[in-house]
Amino acid sequence: MNQERLYVMSSEVITVMKVRTLGRHARESFKSISRNGWMTFASVGAVTVTLILVGVFFVIMMNLNKVAQTIEEDVEIRVHIDVAANKADQQKLQNQIEQIPEVKSVKFSSKEQELKNLIKSLGDEGKTFKLFEQDNPLNDVFIVKTKKPTDTVFVANQIEKMNYAYKVKYGKGQVEKLFKFIGASRNVGLALIVGLLLTAVFLISNTIKITIVARRREIRIMKLVGATNSFIRWPFFLEGLWLGILGAILPIILVSTAYYYAYDYLEPKLKGNFMQLIPFEPFIYQVSGLLVLMGAIIGVWGSLMSVRKFLRV
Amino acid sequence: MIEMQEVMKKYPNGVTAINGINVQIDQGEFVYVVGPSGAGKSTFIKMMYREEVPTSGVILVNGVNIARLKMKKVPLFRRNIGVVFQDYKLLPMLTVYENVAFALEVIEENPKYIKKRVMEVLDLVNLKHKARMMPTELSGGEQQRVSIARSIVNSPKVVIADEPTGNLDPETSWEIMNIFEEINTRGTTVVMATHNREIVNTNKHRVIAIESGKIVRDEQRGDYGYEG
Repeated sequence: MNQERLYVMSSEVITVMKVRTLGRHARESFKSISRNGWMTFASVGAVTVTLILVGVFFVIMMNLNKVAQTIEEDVEIRVHIDVAANKADQQKLQNQIEQIPEVKSVKFSSKEQELKNLIKSLGDEGKTFKLFEQDNPLNDVFIVKTKKPTDTVFVANQIEKMNYAYKVKYGKGQVEKLFKFIGASRNVGLALIVGLLLTAVFLISNTIKITIVARRREIRIMKLVGATNSFIRWPFFLEGLWLGILGAILPIILVSTAYYYAYDYLEPKLKGNFMQLIPFEPFIYQVSGLLVLMGAIIGVWGSLMSVRKFLRV
Repeated sequence: MIEMQEVMKKYPNGVTAINGINVQIDQGEFVYVVGPSGAGKSTFIKMMYREEVPTSGVILVNGVNIARLKMKKVPLFRRNIGVVFQDYKLLPMLTVYENVAFALEVIEENPKYIKKRVMEVLDLVNLKHKARMMPTELSGGEQQRVSIARSIVNSPKVVIADEPTGNLDPETSWEIMNIFEEINTRGTTVVMATHNREIVNTNKHRVIAIESGKIVRDEQRGDYGYEG
């Protein structure tokens, strides 16, 4: 009977964490941070270094992605139509291309239009090509866009087999290389970020382990007078959280400042190459949010990893 | 209150510390646990507050088998038990008052109640006037009194003491002993492992003697019964 009452009473104590208790845990965690002095400094430093690298990598990756996207969107298949094809043959070819499920759009561009584009793109030198306006050697062209850029090669190969498709051009070789490069750089970046994160978690967990070893006696006594594991864990959890968040401050400042200047410097240069960077404003807030979140996760993860072992008393 | 049935404890290194113990301790009893060093006294005591778990057998405390208690429920169980150690186990960074209050903070008691209750028990162990001092400023006997205050502050039904006078001179040991007597007359069960012959032979209580992991003697109002 007695025992039952005890459990009912105690489960209330555990589930309803009082604000007062949270205050106590917060105080404890701050005390520990100041008491640990150099170790606190070291682990905040570890998080800082990690998050700077993660931040820089992340910004570069996202921008590479953006550039890759714009390039990918520019990838198109140009189908040169055989001069022997009449209107009906042309229509048939267009229908056939449109029937390929991966195709998004097919646009017709007459040879006159093509010549105009060519002259325009060559600027002053292009004027000499005006001579050809009388006897245009170019072909009519279908400009084909695929739903996914990576389908380009596959679609192009299919079109090549069709009647009256005189030549199919999509930057053979370059497109494949580009896709390969983008894919690889994404993976390498991801692997680096994951590696860095694990290192930081390890460092934090070591710092907190030192706190805990120093307080092992205290933990033991707490357990002997009936503290629950979660009660003991909270201050360490918070300590990890603060360490992580503190570690995110400097990286946020550095990465945003650096991006601000890099954007100003690079944006006009890249514009000429039809490339774009991600605009500073909403992007850097997202990056900052991400860095704080990552710092918090690293800190909490590290602290919980090291507390676990000491709670089995 | 506390009941052990066929309890055995074998440590991973192969030492059998407790080898088939059956015992029952009732509410309100005062029990000395005696025996030579290495006989298994400490293991016997530690199993009562579940610092050690028996290899086999049943340990019922308040009707619950703590040999099978889930880790999660251990803290709740311990709140019903006070433990006193030979080396006091006080927290050096905290004052006397804080050390005692700690046991109530940990179970998230109301601050007003904590204040009232801590002063109450400090009064009981005669240390009210030293509440603001640090443990290092106290004598051994005083430190042990703080430790006892902490063990009874949450009004446990049983107080378990592992050689509480082991580090103290005879006179101080008596002071400590008198506090345990006081606690016991208020209805709390006291189980005390001890090497103190004089105390056991003077303040007569039940004596459980342990040798080579077995109970070799269990007498109401017994004697210490060992040489040395």
